[in-house]
Amino acid sequence: MTVFRDLSQHILDIAENSTAAGATLLHLDIEENPSRDHLSICIRDNGCGMDPEMLLRVTDPWVTTRTTRKVGLGIPFLKQTAEMCGGHLDITSEPQRGTTIEAAFRLSHIDRPPLGDLINTLICIVVGNPQLDVVYHHQVEAMDFVFDTREIREILGTEVPLSDPEVLAFIRGALIEGVAGLGSEATNGT
Amino acid sequence: MKSLEELQKIKERALERRKLAGEGARARVVVAMGTCGIAAGARDTMSAVLGELEKRNIADVIVTQTGCIGLCEYEPIVQVQIGEQDMVTYGRISPDRVATLIEKHVLGGNPVEEWQVGK
Repeated sequence: MTVFRDLSQHILDIAENSTAAGATLLHLDIEENPSRDHLSICIRDNGCGMDPEMLLRVTDPWVTTRTTRKVGLGIPFLKQTAEMCGGHLDITSEPQRGTTIEAAFRLSHIDRPPLGDLINTLICIVVGNPQLDVVYHHQVEAMDFVFDTREIREILGTEVPLSDPEVLAFIRGALIEGVAGLGSEATNGT
Repeated sequence: MKSLEELQKIKERALERRKLAGEGARARVVVAMGTCGIAAGARDTMSAVLGELEKRNIADVIVTQTGCIGLCEYEPIVQVQIGEQDMVTYGRISPDRVATLIEKHVLGGNPVEEWQVGK
């Protein structure tokens, strides 16, 4: 049983935790490595982090920080998906420093969900969280691509948001071009 | 990355657009992006909202996201606020409903009653 149809939905979901933790910087590292039959997704934030006790409990489906409902399922879902695909999930966290979540998968595993619509996931993270900077690094074998919203904000200044329609079109174009250049399996939802 | 000089030109045009639109945002659109929302397709809904505003070249509508608001069975949930008016909460906003919602409420100022949660 999986709730998400692609891994990019997991990424969006984990990034939502970072936002809720008050993060201002999020690193997303993706590595697709067919020659090692390996896929990894690493999300690192500078949010409020978790103490050792919370960290031990966080892969338990009955743990959440939200107040509207008492069950948090995002991390357990990702852990389940990774383990189902011959991989694993690691979390490290430190209060006031941030949290790092790394999920690894066997790339060719029959049950591994596709990376899916990574472009729209990134756009939702970038536009939906104006206080958050995102550094996205994607590697496929020896090729890599880096997208850093700090570089864009440096040019735009404080008056023009990343959500401006023309800026958004620019960002989408840059992401599509970068990801396509890698030969990644990720899609752009179109 | 695509050329940053191009971005500089975009910035100048964006500043011009914002000058024309005047101070402040005309509306705010919030898409719920908790686990429940994402599972119900919130990413496609948000993409549709952004796509619609991009298509109409509208720069003074703020689109943000929020976590689970406790109405999981109505996901994907979208909230619309015009100026300082009360926030209106809509349920089951699949991408095919987005254009109508933007047209009628966000731009036209008339809430779409039949999609509101609790109506």
